[in-house]
Amino acid sequence: MPGKLKAKVVAGRHLPVMDRASDLTDAFVEVKFGTTTFKTDVCPKSLNPQWNSEWFKFEVDDEDLQDEPLQITVLDHDTYSANDAIGKVYIDIDPLLCSEAATVISGWFPIYDTIHGIRGEINVLVKVDLFNDLNRFRQSSCGVKFFCTTSIPRCFRAVLIHGFVEELVVNEDPEYQWIDRIRTPRASNEARQRLISLMSGELQRKIGLKVLEMGGNAVVGYLQCFDLEGESGLVVRAIGTACTLDKISSTYTAAIVQNLSNSSPSKDMKDSPQAVPSALGCRSTHSSPVHSASSRLSQGFSVSVPTLLFAGMKNRHRSSEGPRARQCRAGFGEEAPGVPLSSGPPTPLRAQTFSSFSPSKSYSRQSSSSDTELSLTPKTAPPLHHPDFWLSGQTQRARGMGSGGSAGKEAGPLKALLRQQTQSALEQREFPFFTLTGFPPAFLLHVGGVVSARSVKLLDRIHNPALGNTRSYKLLDWNSFTADEPETRDAWWEELRQEIKSHAKALGCHAVVGYSESTSICEEVCILSASGTAAILSSRFVQDGALDTDHRLSRQQASVFTTGAEKGEGVMGSSASLGFEDVAPPACGFCHIPYDELNMPFPAQLTYCHCCRRHKVPDVLFTTIDVPTEANVTGKGCLIQARLCRTKKKGQGEGNATAISNLLPFLEYELHTQLLNKLKLRGMNALFGLRVQISVGDTMLLGLASATGVYLTALPSPGGIQIAGKTPNDITYEQHISNMQKKINDTIAKNKELYEINPPKLFTLDPDAFRSINTEFVEEVIGSPIPEPRQRSRLFRSHSESSDEVLELDLSHGKKDAFVLEIDDTDAIEDIHSLLTDAPTPPGFYSCNTEIMPGIYNWTSGLQMFTSVRVFRLSNANLTNQGLNKIFNDLCENLLKSLYFKLRSMVPCCLCHVNFIVAVPEDELIQVAVTAVAMSFDKDQSQENGRQSGDKTLMKAITENEEQLQFPLELSAESPSNPLSCAKGLSEVSGPLPSARAPSVDHSSFTDRCSSWIEQLRLKAHTIRRGSIKTMSSLEKASPVPEGRSRSLRSNRSCPGSSITVVKMTPLSFIPGAKIIKYLGIINMFFIRETTSLREEGGVSGFLHSFIAEVFAMVRAHVAALGGNAVVSYSMKECVFMENPNKNQAQCLINVSGDAVIFIRESELEATPSQTQSGNVQTSSNGEGT
Amino acid sequence: MSVELDVFVGNTTIMDKEVYQLWLNGYTVNDAVKVRMEGGVMEECEASAEVLLSDTMDQFRTFQMCERLLQNPAKLANQLLFQIPPDRQAMLIERYYAFADAFVREVLGKKLSKGTKKDLDDVSAKTGITLKSCRRQFDNFKRVFKVVEELKGPLVENIRQHFLLPDQLARDYAAIVFFANNRFETGKKKLQYLTFQDFAFCAGQLINNWTVGAVDNMVEDMDVDLDKEFLQDLKDLKILIADKDLLDQHKSLVCVALRGKTKVFNEMETNFKNLSRGLVNIAAKLTNPKDVRDFFIDLVEKFIEPCKSDRWTATDVNLYLTHYTNSAHILDSFKYQTVWTRYMGVIKSCILRMYHE
Repeated sequence: MPGKLKAKVVAGRHLPVMDRASDLTDAFVEVKFGTTTFKTDVCPKSLNPQWNSEWFKFEVDDEDLQDEPLQITVLDHDTYSANDAIGKVYIDIDPLLCSEAATVISGWFPIYDTIHGIRGEINVLVKVDLFNDLNRFRQSSCGVKFFCTTSIPRCFRAVLIHGFVEELVVNEDPEYQWIDRIRTPRASNEARQRLISLMSGELQRKIGLKVLEMGGNAVVGYLQCFDLEGESGLVVRAIGTACTLDKISSTYTAAIVQNLSNSSPSKDMKDSPQAVPSALGCRSTHSSPVHSASSRLSQGFSVSVPTLLFAGMKNRHRSSEGPRARQCRAGFGEEAPGVPLSSGPPTPLRAQTFSSFSPSKSYSRQSSSSDTELSLTPKTAPPLHHPDFWLSGQTQRARGMGSGGSAGKEAGPLKALLRQQTQSALEQREFPFFTLTGFPPAFLLHVGGVVSARSVKLLDRIHNPALGNTRSYKLLDWNSFTADEPETRDAWWEELRQEIKSHAKALGCHAVVGYSESTSICEEVCILSASGTAAILSSRFVQDGALDTDHRLSRQQASVFTTGAEKGEGVMGSSASLGFEDVAPPACGFCHIPYDELNMPFPAQLTYCHCCRRHKVPDVLFTTIDVPTEANVTGKGCLIQARLCRTKKKGQGEGNATAISNLLPFLEYELHTQLLNKLKLRGMNALFGLRVQISVGDTMLLGLASATGVYLTALPSPGGIQIAGKTPNDITYEQHISNMQKKINDTIAKNKELYEINPPKLFTLDPDAFRSINTEFVEEVIGSPIPEPRQRSRLFRSHSESSDEVLELDLSHGKKDAFVLEIDDTDAIEDIHSLLTDAPTPPGFYSCNTEIMPGIYNWTSGLQMFTSVRVFRLSNANLTNQGLNKIFNDLCENLLKSLYFKLRSMVPCCLCHVNFIVAVPEDELIQVAVTAVAMSFDKDQSQENGRQSGDKTLMKAITENEEQLQFPLELSAESPSNPLSCAKGLSEVSGPLPSARAPSVDHSSFTDRCSSWIEQLRLKAHTIRRGSIKTMSSLEKASPVPEGRSRSLRSNRSCPGSSITVVKMTPLSFIPGAKIIKYLGIINMFFIRETTSLREEGGVSGFLHSFIAEVFAMVRAHVAALGGNAVVSYSMKECVFMENPNKNQAQCLINVSGDAVIFIRESELEATPSQTQSGNVQTSSNGEGT
Repeated sequence: MSVELDVFVGNTTIMDKEVYQLWLNGYTVNDAVKVRMEGGVMEECEASAEVLLSDTMDQFRTFQMCERLLQNPAKLANQLLFQIPPDRQAMLIERYYAFADAFVREVLGKKLSKGTKKDLDDVSAKTGITLKSCRRQFDNFKRVFKVVEELKGPLVENIRQHFLLPDQLARDYAAIVFFANNRFETGKKKLQYLTFQDFAFCAGQLINNWTVGAVDNMVEDMDVDLDKEFLQDLKDLKILIADKDLLDQHKSLVCVALRGKTKVFNEMETNFKNLSRGLVNIAAKLTNPKDVRDFFIDLVEKFIEPCKSDRWTATDVNLYLTHYTNSAHILDSFKYQTVWTRYMGVIKSCILRMYHE
């Protein structure tokens, strides 16, 4: 289906001087699409040329329309020598291919050059005419909407959620082609940028095709990543969740769609003889290289610790990867893998009860199936308390040998574990994965815990010397030359996903939500990671073959909803759906364990749910998703990070991979323990948005786990932390310990106060009632199992022997035991120290890495998205692990402190969606990049009644409010003045909401806050702009959508002539106090910047600072050109920075993505329908006023 | 171990007013950190010196990146690189173009050339303003000068529009440009007691009354150069002192009007001829550029100093000048009334402003 692409070059401005003699430029423009190029006339001697060109028309296939970017090059005409390029603009025209998104791209784009950065701007108009109905042909996938947002986008309603889509494309990296040696860096960079743009387009088109095949019309939670594999190539891969979305305002039509599960071979997974571990222990699987003869090696492992399953893998030899991916999958399904999950004692206490497994044992078992020697045993590891590492060859795993070694221990039959799994379409899915982190209400039934898998792989060198030279951009040809290449990468991920799936099964779950994948590459070693949260989902949104269509449709009809609740069917709809007996679970439902109580996949203390008292809940819950809106949370949450550094010897090839995979389980385990400790230190019992990042460098491994800790009301109160000494006879030592204990106890108490954690003490098993029997140290008895002691330092250990038996007895009654830290060496002391030195956030600040902070509801419109990058150089190469840990820890802490300081003017505020990316760019460098958004909120929370129910309702009211304002007419009819009062029935529960609570900025709320300069400015601006735009904080000059209006406002300000739309950026899926009215398309941009004059550009910091600012500027410009005024779900996925100070050079690659949207302030929306005229008058008078 | 790279970039550019001022004042990052620490910002926010250093460095870098735009303020509103709210933009510009009175007194009336710029280290040493700040201020003067030099239309308005400056600041710049163009001498010891604002006031008077623009408002350089024709006409005023009769007549008219109204009447009477000669001579010499430069010195030497030594009050001076001006209008044989008014109006307000008691 062909389409006609039309482009018009209007004008340029602020062009650089290209002719030194005249101090002017003779600029012209080349417009290129595919292989067709048009040129404008030369506009002589002007830095602000007006070309006003004709419409350049490209008649192209829609396939090309999806793949190719429109390429605009601005050049300086030179009569005698070659024309100099000033810079380029790549315009992704994908948003124009979707009928509901943007219709025209028009605006000023920064002209970008990879060497010089932004060099002026160019005004371009782009339109597309598609000839036919979009969905009639399937070779392209025009019309499929893409969203980075990991929840159902506001203003849409999920009709069906089809499930997982993935794709990857591979190419040679132009940077590593022979031609790179003779061409300029600029040419190389541009080749790369263009190639990646092409590959992204292709990838998106292919994913779109899959979505169409499944019968969907959109991809939500689209996550695209690049793997720069160096010599071995460039991989662009993407995952997402296929959905059928319906615009809320449109009339509901039940989509008749094809079920994915129908088309894919069905696998009867429940017959899998799954190794069911006994109730306890740290489960881990580790696989060793099986084919040592091969040159390709990969290593993996999996560890599972309470509430957290880590999986890993597998030595895979590429050549042994004979079967193609599909076959492999089928094989897996049929062969019913024995998942190599083994269980070990979680505590020494257990270890005494059961047999304990030493690493050496594991090792010997493993080595029997492997011919590569792997030493898993840390030298200092005591045989006791060792987590049981179960090692098995990956290839064998699929043959069902996994459980062999531990047969005696793992007696639990798999069927028992699976008994509660519902028969749903999900189970027939190849990968019942969802990249979503936020869900429509009642979609998420139960959450099992985090499942994660990692795999260490050796990257391939490209074995086709003829290749590199000629065809740099021909993606399709590429595949024909090395046909197995993409399949190999596919297969790698396939393995990992299978692993994840089996872990989810072990948790009694049929689906994985909050799923994501990532890689870390260091030279030829690549760690692939996948993680998600095992869950049981309602079949409501998942088309189910078993359900008859009519029934399904009717049900959907009755209970249409989106995230939160939409106002469309509206006022009734969501409350009605909540009332649905068969689907609506209690608010605490997701906390209830999905697995079998008798055959728990890992050790957990189960108690009855503190909310409903009917179902069992675990003591702690770790997840990768956002806090569900219906969750009952006590107090506020906070960002919790576990940080770890491990040195490793420099190595090559297989040996290196082996070393890394040997380190991984320890790293992973310690991260987990740290998380658990820090969680307890804050008196909380659940983690959301958990993201564990492992970065590999030449000489070290970095692990960073970030999550948001909260106190889930449904879960039991966590206990304290007890410190035990090993040499009890030393008096000073004991004193030291008791001091430390006191410190810890104080910290816990302080944290409880800080985060307002005052759970109602209703539970009969009140911790206080179970004060520990034998130690004065124990402050509270805890509900968590004692984690496996650490091998090396033995930091975490159980109680003294005497108490063991007592506790042991109690366990069966759900008695909680104590959480003990044993200090037996300096190492451990330092760890405890670091535990305590985690600085609390300064007053007025909160932080979380989830979308919103539980417990904060009254956001103002103050919004500041930022990116901060730090690189730390380790001067001493011979650092110990402790030294490294401290450095890494300080680096992260200081970075956070800096952020708080920078944003102090926004207090009270919350850093939301704090996203850390760590990397080891060079031997002695650690790089940390943070992207987050600071959102200020109204500190006046006196209206808060502090009661759970009230809080919850409020939260709901707010979330729903977001949705409801979509329908201004209804809204105004219902309540013309207060946007919140229309939170339908719910507002009644929460009582009348004072207007100060509204997300809009209230004037009075400012008066007590203008302590700082920015505040004053804000206040000033606020006073000036009273009236319809009063909610605009001057911190971000927000422009209302109608462009004409905003322009008129601006032109009256002190800086005349400005025509720049203010574009807000946020990593969140919403903008507080505003309604997203339209999604304009996905923003996915990749930039390279290079310099050969690093010093002159202000050193590395100056260089990167301007580059990031440029990236922001380009994102904003593209959004503005699409007609938008904000980017939501913005993320920086890649920030690769390389420097060579000696050569005065540096290079940086940045990849960002997000959803371009149009939003409208709620206050405006409110005013518009009821008093359109007065609203306009107000605006214009404002304009005059300013 | 060291932090190799440390950047923070906000979607809305974060700028601290206090740090901006420190940057404008030409502080080094380390000095700025010291000042901030003393300012107590650390206690306020529980920050460490490290944090403060990082923040200061980052902001200094931001300002440096913005500087290019600040030098062309119209661009600041149109650029895409930094998203800065308009009120903040206005603040940035206003502060960037603000200058220290101590500094401007040093260079006022000097040619804005490279030579002067080279001497800035002396200025810096003398005023205690950092060299960096001196350079910025000097470059600002020069930049404004260069831009308005080629523009038609009223000077103040041009400056305001081109540099988006608030009214008062635009007027000050107009004065600086005007002084630089006419190279008025302001540095002599006798003039040291005058502040920049005194000169700026006088410049305003001169611009509004004595330039080409005062009569024709669409000429190039209209507000920067004095009206040559007018200067030529001033020569005619010489008759007031050259013609003995006229001089006596003038004196008696003034004395009649002043008698009994001031304590220093006697001094006025005795000094009348001297003072009148002084003022008229200044007028007559203004065709000579050298004498234009000495305009303010002449005013001080020929009029202000004699009055001061006789302890005239400002009221006395006002009274005297009023009657001195008005009486000339009554003189029958004095035909140059328009020129006289145009001349004396400015002289009177300048002297009054410059007459510090």
